[in-house]
Amino acid sequence: MKNKFIIFLGNLYLIFFFFSSVSANNIDPKDFIQEIVDDAKKILIASNSKEFKSEKLTEMAKEKVDIIGIGYYSLGSYRKALNDEQKEKYNLLFKDYFLKSFTSRLSDYSDPKIIVLSSVRKNENYTIVYSLLLATDKKPEVKMDWRVYTKNPQKLLIRDVIIEGLSLARTQKEEFSSIIENNSGDINALFIKLKEFSEQ
Amino acid sequence: MKKLFCIILTVSLMINTNAFSGSEGSEELSKSSGTTTSDCFEGVSRAFFSFNQGLDRAVFEPLAKGYRKLPKPIRKGTGNMVNNLSNLVTIPNNLLQGQLQQAGLNTLRFTLNTTIGILGFFDPANRLGLKAVGKEDYGQTLGAWGSHSGCYFVLPVIGPTTVRDFTGTVINFVGGDPWYNITVRQDTNFFRDRDFYISKATNSVDFRAKNIESFDSLERNSIDFYASVKSLYLQDRKKKVGNSDSITETQDDSDWEEINNN
Repeated sequence: MKNKFIIFLGNLYLIFFFFSSVSANNIDPKDFIQEIVDDAKKILIASNSKEFKSEKLTEMAKEKVDIIGIGYYSLGSYRKALNDEQKEKYNLLFKDYFLKSFTSRLSDYSDPKIIVLSSVRKNENYTIVYSLLLATDKKPEVKMDWRVYTKNPQKLLIRDVIIEGLSLARTQKEEFSSIIENNSGDINALFIKLKEFSEQ
Repeated sequence: MKKLFCIILTVSLMINTNAFSGSEGSEELSKSSGTTTSDCFEGVSRAFFSFNQGLDRAVFEPLAKGYRKLPKPIRKGTGNMVNNLSNLVTIPNNLLQGQLQQAGLNTLRFTLNTTIGILGFFDPANRLGLKAVGKEDYGQTLGAWGSHSGCYFVLPVIGPTTVRDFTGTVINFVGGDPWYNITVRQDTNFFRDRDFYISKATNSVDFRAKNIESFDSLERNSIDFYASVKSLYLQDRKKKVGNSDSITETQDDSDWEEINNN
């Protein structure tokens, strides 16, 4: 009886240890964004070359941004009509397009000063992190909100950046939709545009 | 004032009943795409959009770049002046939307900044803790009263708009904008027509100067610039009509949630 009780306690300890260690590895979305902001500050130092910035931002995007998720979101209802071959092609084209667009947009900022303010959990999958890009001599203060995908609490990913209340992902989605609609629903028109953009 | 109220009410009813809309149900974008605003005259709008881009490159962008070379206090003061004038439209719209506290705050800000702040060049109200709250216009009021935005279209010089927002602009010119009334509509000893047009042009240049890099970046990174501007305009108006700081509060997450199922 005593042995069984010790084994039971041992198991209980192991279970508790397992769950507490899993919980300890959960990342706070606010800390996640703070880390990205700190890394971006180091990359976007004015003295760094454009090539260096581009290379490091690409590495960051691959690790911290849900590129495939954003790609599917941007396609909207059209993604349901894609076959496997088209999906594969789209994923490759979108990745190239996204990385080029992402690095180009961020490279415009030199020595950015961003303050991470707070976060609001929308549901188990999404938390919005609020931050502020401080004003410079030429640019006004800008509110930047981050939609963080929290489905896997140990591997958080960015799914959208909302600037002054305007969603970049939504803008991209409506842009893609416009191209497809203006080409009689032909997804290949979008593929061509994405390719052209990446090859510019 | 009574006449103005009648105009707003009539227009609001017309928009609600889609008298101006001219859109087919099939033309409407789905809710998940973030907007239900149709682009009624896309071909013409794209042509006007190109014209406006040319005008921007030839006139507004160079002016904005020149304006940026002015000393910061001058730019800030000029921005303050045009913002102060916008209170003349914001205050009646605060009242029309039942925002009595904001109306009071904006009236106090306008009074202080116009007098102590020397025609709005300085912002002493801000120093006294009276922080600026969002601008309001007649398009936003119609939206707050429940009017649908109607068609989206682009006008030469004016730029992107919707039936509702254009109606709001028209209301400014039929008595809704006190600044227009005392400059253009009435011949006063203090102001002339040109004061109104100079203030509007200055407002445009000030806005453009604050957004030179953002506009360039958006254009450079868009594969359909017209569609990007349309999306941003409609998102911005939706946010303003909802008096919300964040788009995440005004749009549902269903289209994001759907991605989880793939």
